[in-house]
Amino acid sequence: MAKITYIDHDGTERVVEAKNGETVMEAAVKNSIPGIDADCGGACACATCHVYVDQAFMDKVGEQEEMEKSMLDFAENVQENSRLSCQITVSDELDGLRVTTPESQH
Amino acid sequence: MGREGLDLSDANKIVILGGGQAGAQAIQSLRMGGYEGALTLIGDEPSLPYQRPPLSKAYMKGEFAEERLFFKPAAWYEDNNVELILSTPATRIDRKNQTVEMAHGAHIEYDALVIATGSRPRSLPLEGADLENVHDLRGLTDVERIQPQMIEGRNIVIIGAGYIGLEAAAVARQMGLSATVLEMAPRVLARVTSPVMSEFYEAEHRRQGVDIRTNARLARLEGKDGKVTAAILEDGTSLPADLVLVGIGILPNEELANEAGIACNNGILVDRDARTSDPRIFAAGDCASRPLVHYGRSSRLESVHNAIEQGKLAAAAILGKPRPPEDCPWFWSDQYDLKLQIAGLSQGYDQIVLRGSPEERKFAAFYLKNGTLIAVDAVNSAPEFLASKKLIMMGAKVEPDTLSDTTVSMKDIAAAAAA
Repeated sequence: MAKITYIDHDGTERVVEAKNGETVMEAAVKNSIPGIDADCGGACACATCHVYVDQAFMDKVGEQEEMEKSMLDFAENVQENSRLSCQITVSDELDGLRVTTPESQH
Repeated sequence: MGREGLDLSDANKIVILGGGQAGAQAIQSLRMGGYEGALTLIGDEPSLPYQRPPLSKAYMKGEFAEERLFFKPAAWYEDNNVELILSTPATRIDRKNQTVEMAHGAHIEYDALVIATGSRPRSLPLEGADLENVHDLRGLTDVERIQPQMIEGRNIVIIGAGYIGLEAAAVARQMGLSATVLEMAPRVLARVTSPVMSEFYEAEHRRQGVDIRTNARLARLEGKDGKVTAAILEDGTSLPADLVLVGIGILPNEELANEAGIACNNGILVDRDARTSDPRIFAAGDCASRPLVHYGRSSRLESVHNAIEQGKLAAAAILGKPRPPEDCPWFWSDQYDLKLQIAGLSQGYDQIVLRGSPEERKFAAFYLKNGTLIAVDAVNSAPEFLASKKLIMMGAKVEPDTLSDTTVSMKDIAAAAAA
């Protein structure tokens, strides 16, 4: 289990209890977090679950695979802490994770 | 915003038929869009609304927990005051009285109705199709039947080399089964892609040990004690089968609409807002035939993107909100370590341009018509897919030599076209 805080682009915070093994995207969608569309359901096919990861967790969320890298390359407003939340798997280590959603996923 | 048709923004009773991707999206978009009236989903399957793509991929392999299939947990429907009527087929739409009748005889009233009844697999019109261990692959209950039989060393015969059949073949090989794929056409994926892609996927499956038989004429399935044992071809060849999977296409579930007098033609006909010929009734997903704004024609689309988009379009139209963006059609298929991403529809192309190298399992086939990019099949090539999506939606003309030149980045190609 991990408590994850989703912060939308205007600063509103929403805290979710995420289960180990699900992705940061799935935890968001199941809890109706706005700002994460996840149009492909987590197949790394659409880049509509883009988030900014809190710096303190950058080394805990794992490395990007090549597919994610190139998908992000085409997303809008990418930063060095940009990730696709469907590619981050929840574990105890991520307890306290904070991610911010961009203004738009398209 | 210049939308045609009846204003439904005071609707207070909305009914959704079907708990697939389109129905689930409509529900979510209605509630997220601020709709507070009665919202009921009627579905003929027993489970909560769930996503289908993993069924022929990770879920079939046992690498994807069942609860991850569900769009929302049960509590979400309670919290959002959505009534779920499951395991219950709708049997009739009474447009005059604005009611939907259900199998157990009850009926429910609607101000606005969204038909998201999806599609069903074409059945095999051959002797032996009703034997035990002959399966379709469409729903969760199908996988529940198939999965216990996916045992190392067993023989699976897959009928139809479309995406579903090939994805299942990949999973079967990865689980150690001996897999044969029978295809009537001279090549795999004949209905959906070009010869160059067919050749690539056919070679890949052969390399992985799948026995692919094109131009195959299946005569019948043979069984013993009611269970399938072999597939018999017209030339007499007998292929041993412990289980058979039929993947020969799908048919739209348009009967309810058709019987209610709603216009249908290989799919329930809808406008850009997913509205049918009845202004209170919408159709979304596999069952609908929609205008394809980037192609100037109407068609059914069998895809997640289409289901989501039309669910959103229907919800927005009901609520009187601006029409959400319409993407060009897009699809994906996972087989082995190959991620195929498809943007656009390639039918009618007059030129194919290749970029990258099939040998390196990383390439794209671009489809052009009169110099305009209309589609791409991208294998392990996300930039080609994403850039093409933009280019197709722009209606961009792109020089074939530029597309095939891997020293020019796709990002630059897209940027140049947008300038």
